[in-house]
Amino acid sequence: MTPIEPIAERRPQHLPNDEPACCKPHPFVDVDRLSLHYGEKSAFQDVTLSISKGRITALVGPSGCGKTSFLTCLNRLTDLIPACLVSGRITIDTLDVLAPQTDVIRLRRRIGMIFQKPNPFPLSIRRNLEFPLREHGLRDRTQLSTAIETALRDVGLWDEVKDRLDSPALALSGGQQQRLCIARALALSPEMLLMDEPCSALDPISSGIVEDLIVRLRGRYTILIVTHNLAQARRIANDAALFWVHNGAGRLIEAGPAKQIFEDPRDPLTAAYVSGMRG
Amino acid sequence: MVKTLSRSQNPREWLAFVLVWGAAAVVTATFCWLLGDILWHGLSRLSWTFLTAPPESAGRRGGIGPILVSTFLILGVCLAVSLPIGVGTAVLLAEFTLDQGLFGRMTRRSLDVLAGVPSIVFGLFGNAFFCKTLGLGFSILSGGLTLACMVLPILIRSTEEGFRAVPASYRLSAAALGLSRTTTLLHLLLPAAVPGLIVGLVLGVGRAIAETAALIFTSGYVDRMPESLLDSGRALSIHIFDLSMNVSGGDANAYGSALVLVVLLLLINGTASWLATVGLHRKIVTV
Ligand SMILES: Nc1ncnc2c1ncn2[C@@H]1O[C@H](COP(=O)(O)OP(=O)(O)O)[C@@H](O)[C@H]1O
Ligand SMILES: [Mg+2]
Repeated sequence: MTPIEPIAERRPQHLPNDEPACCKPHPFVDVDRLSLHYGEKSAFQDVTLSISKGRITALVGPSGCGKTSFLTCLNRLTDLIPACLVSGRITIDTLDVLAPQTDVIRLRRRIGMIFQKPNPFPLSIRRNLEFPLREHGLRDRTQLSTAIETALRDVGLWDEVKDRLDSPALALSGGQQQRLCIARALALSPEMLLMDEPCSALDPISSGIVEDLIVRLRGRYTILIVTHNLAQARRIANDAALFWVHNGAGRLIEAGPAKQIFEDPRDPLTAAYVSGMRG
Repeated sequence: MVKTLSRSQNPREWLAFVLVWGAAAVVTATFCWLLGDILWHGLSRLSWTFLTAPPESAGRRGGIGPILVSTFLILGVCLAVSLPIGVGTAVLLAEFTLDQGLFGRMTRRSLDVLAGVPSIVFGLFGNAFFCKTLGLGFSILSGGLTLACMVLPILIRSTEEGFRAVPASYRLSAAALGLSRTTTLLHLLLPAAVPGLIVGLVLGVGRAIAETAALIFTSGYVDRMPESLLDSGRALSIHIFDLSMNVSGGDANAYGSALVLVVLLLLINGTASWLATVGLHRKIVTV
């Protein structure tokens, strides 16, 4: 496997400004009539959605409408669930994600995932970052420590932990752990980040810090974020998509630019949801 | 808490209190009495010569040198065989079979039945299979293999529980980082499953080192120093049994041997829990 070049070298020269309208929509992920079943039970059905490069797309909707399940299709974590059946098409860049011959290890390296509950490994802070990097072929000590420092700086954790890189990651606070998990994903230089309610298990201050971090990552990464916090979605998202449970299965109700979804929704359900009347 | 409960309170609560503490006291007292008895009679026998010298006059005099060596050899064979098979099977059961699948269910059920089979049955099986069918005769190898069969069910089940106790989030986050299943298993799941493995080992080794019935028919009685694994060798527990049941005037040395056995058991327990805490801590901090 080719060694990973440090993130800094891949960073665009001009970071896009933080205005929600950050770059022209340019499709990166194409989801076509995607459905997912857990055994007999349908999690979501017939979702067709396009996700633009470098932008933040927020996935909103009530609990149980299949948002998490949708994310896990994109990096094929669904492979880990025995009775899980996915049908439809997902194209990322030019890669056919669901094709059996797709190299899932490479796919998952291109698409990082952040979970609702921070889940660092029970290793030291350094080892949490070093372990996946080594696994993907980076062995050189200096390159490793550069990559680790860059990733920790990217998430604003470097100054907080640089003196205790060898202490257990689980001793960090929840917010720090979540940022460490983001750093761990960033260290592999992914192109896209899937974030499943990354702030919902954190206290308001940590949540704010992580939210600011996500905004800073805009442009460098294509971000698909599930959030229950509509105010947060309004603040950070360029695009938004609303899922809803319909006849026992999740459906995509409406998708489009965040401004339009929140201010001028076409669908009455969306209007009710974003105004806080339902959901 | 203890002092606030008095007779004046609800009598049923008082009764429960007495029963619970009474039971605990009986258990502790029995253990102390047993230990005290062994210490009282055995301590005077204990010396370096006793630990190294060969037994004389059927064990009445002399020491337990060859018997200790045989015991460790039997235990070594048992561990060398049961550890890899045990961990392998536990990994298979916990990580590669469906919880509700037929294969997993059947294997688990069989193991649970095997774990409850009396050791004498294992002894007879070992005699028939290892000694006769495989032609290993009465030997340390036969004894060790028989013990391995006996401790495997315990070892597998508790290691499997160790793997199951690892949070699912480790597997998900490892997979999401593009780590292969083998790497995840070796570097994340295995270290996290070590406590379960250690519990299984302590239970298994404890059972093995104190085993008599399974060894009488397999590793035999011979109290000479074994020269190879194919020699017969007498285990410590058999020596104690023999001295106290078949040899008149062997009681003093029986007590001495029993004391050694108890100390060994305590040492194994202590080392295991020390390994579990220190080893795991090191794993977490530096690896
Ligand atoms: N591993 C699983 N096995 C079976 N059903 C599941 C599994 N994960 C989720 N589900 C079901 O699929 C539906 C969608 O769940 P999920 O994707 O977690 O929704 P959300 O993230 O929007 O709350 C729910 O009804 C849930 O019970
Ligand atoms: Mg969810």
